[in-house]
Amino acid sequence: MSRPAPSAPAPATAGNSPAKRPTSGLVGARLPKWAPYGAAVVGWGIAVGLKLLLGWTGWYTTFFTGAVLFIAVLTAWSFSVEGRRRAKDRFASTLIYTSFVCAIVPLVLILGYIAVKGLPLFSPDFFLKSMIGVTSREEGGGIYAALVGTLIIVGIATVIALPIGIFTAIYLVEYGRGKFARTVTFFVDVMTGVPSIVAGLFVYTFLLLGFGMRPFGAAGAIALAILMVPVSVRASEEMLKLVPRDLREASYALGVPKWRTILKVVLPTAMSGLITASLLAVARVAGETAPLILLVGYTSRINYNPFDGDMATLPMMVWDQLGKRAGTTSSDLTEARAWGAALTLVLLVLILNVGARLIAKLFQPKAR
Amino acid sequence: MAKRIDVDDVNVYYGDFMAVEGASINIAPLSVTALIGPSGCGKSTFIRILNRMHEVIPEGRVSGKVMLDGEDLYGPGVDPVNVRRTVGMVFQKANPFPTMSIYDNVVAGYKIAGTRKNKSETDDIVERSLRGVNLWEEVKQRLTRPGAGLSGGQQQRLCIARAIAVEPSVLLMDEPCSALDPISTLAIEDLISELKATYTIVIVTHNMQQAARVSDRTAFFNLAGVGQPGRLVEYDDTTKIFSNPNEKATEDYISGRFG
Repeated sequence: MSRPAPSAPAPATAGNSPAKRPTSGLVGARLPKWAPYGAAVVGWGIAVGLKLLLGWTGWYTTFFTGAVLFIAVLTAWSFSVEGRRRAKDRFASTLIYTSFVCAIVPLVLILGYIAVKGLPLFSPDFFLKSMIGVTSREEGGGIYAALVGTLIIVGIATVIALPIGIFTAIYLVEYGRGKFARTVTFFVDVMTGVPSIVAGLFVYTFLLLGFGMRPFGAAGAIALAILMVPVSVRASEEMLKLVPRDLREASYALGVPKWRTILKVVLPTAMSGLITASLLAVARVAGETAPLILLVGYTSRINYNPFDGDMATLPMMVWDQLGKRAGTTSSDLTEARAWGAALTLVLLVLILNVGARLIAKLFQPKAR
Repeated sequence: MAKRIDVDDVNVYYGDFMAVEGASINIAPLSVTALIGPSGCGKSTFIRILNRMHEVIPEGRVSGKVMLDGEDLYGPGVDPVNVRRTVGMVFQKANPFPTMSIYDNVVAGYKIAGTRKNKSETDDIVERSLRGVNLWEEVKQRLTRPGAGLSGGQQQRLCIARAIAVEPSVLLMDEPCSALDPISTLAIEDLISELKATYTIVIVTHNMQQAARVSDRTAFFNLAGVGQPGRLVEYDDTTKIFSNPNEKATEDYISGRFG
């Protein structure tokens, strides 16, 4: 921190440095290139010193104190050398980068931890076997039933929700005017914030209690569809709005009716965006647990029929294997299986996201 | 096939706002009519009422009469879709459909509307339309490539080809050259003189030399002030408008002494 900055402009200090370059009005004093790293070392160094001195337990406090100190040190240093404007710039950009790191670290830790805990479980058997007859003290068993259940239930939810979502978005963008459209938008916004357990409770009350039914897969799918519709509407709406008005007008001017313009011009142009929007909506509900507790239940046997009987799903399997569902005993073995199921769920969502991007690329209008 | 247009005392509104007031104009078939005037004076609005494209803008409506060969465009039961099939339009910004090839763009009017044509028919239409806009030689080797890959001038000619492919009677052009370089502009102007043999053409332009070069008749629009409706000030032969206009406002505008 004591190192003099190259080409300090202040006339008072100009006499001090012998090898002074002629100062130009355009050249300002700058901190050396390594300044951020230096400030980081100093900041976290002080934090570690404080930890040892004050006997803080754990590293979280130290980490965040270091981050705050890093910003403070760099800004103060910059202010003393570079002046006010650059100091503000340093402060803002450092704050942004530090926030980014603070956001990404827990994410990486979670994903890394799940991968480390779950990967050893992965084997062909793990994917191809169900949990039927496997006790908590036995090895073996797998996620087959849960994976099939998740795919079936999310699949049904998708089939219900996407058409509703996309058609609502088309209505809002192409036809919706005035009070009714505003009401629809308002309720879509409200529905985006509905907690998943509330959607579950709604279906539970009307379907299971109302008709006196036992839990079954499709009931869960309906609740997931309720959660999916607003996400799909919102995302699809944005994508349709991106289609330039020019293109619609060009089509109208050719004497094409509105519905054919939407079908043949608007939808193909927005196709890549709509696919992304849809797959992200699917990913959004794939890991939902709360409605499934009420509506689908859990079973260790393989059930392909979503209209009859409990079904296993990945989130419910995690819950079950941790011994929380039926109050059964858990062991290292069941805990490991829970991590394996969790990793599969994460990978499923990851595949959906990556797949969305790839398909979107494929459908993008090309320039040549 | 070209048709005449008679506009009688038309007012155009967007919601409560009156955009054009009391415009009357008679356009002969097989002529080029230029609409000139300052920004916001209602030229583009006026050209849009000739094929009911103003209805695409929310709350756009019209009072008065617009007759196409004696048929009222706003009569009861008239379908705007049919009006637009008869009166084609080219826009300021070239807007080929990004998802379609050059070939598909030309026959988009049929393809999107779902009119069935066999391959040899569409081949003929594509070649005839592209030859009509002097683009055939430039693109015949790459008809299956996306239309968005062409240069700006080529894209605009592609859009004109798309408009004439559906064989309209009237062609409206809303500042078709304002985004083009002088050479592409010249190509479009030459094209307008050729298309005049087949279509009635109405063109909006900010370029007064262009109006003088391409048009037979010129209409000057002006507005009294911000928030006021635009009015048709003078409508006469182009030579008359540019040499000896009746109105002082017209003379001020074309000589650059405006305002």
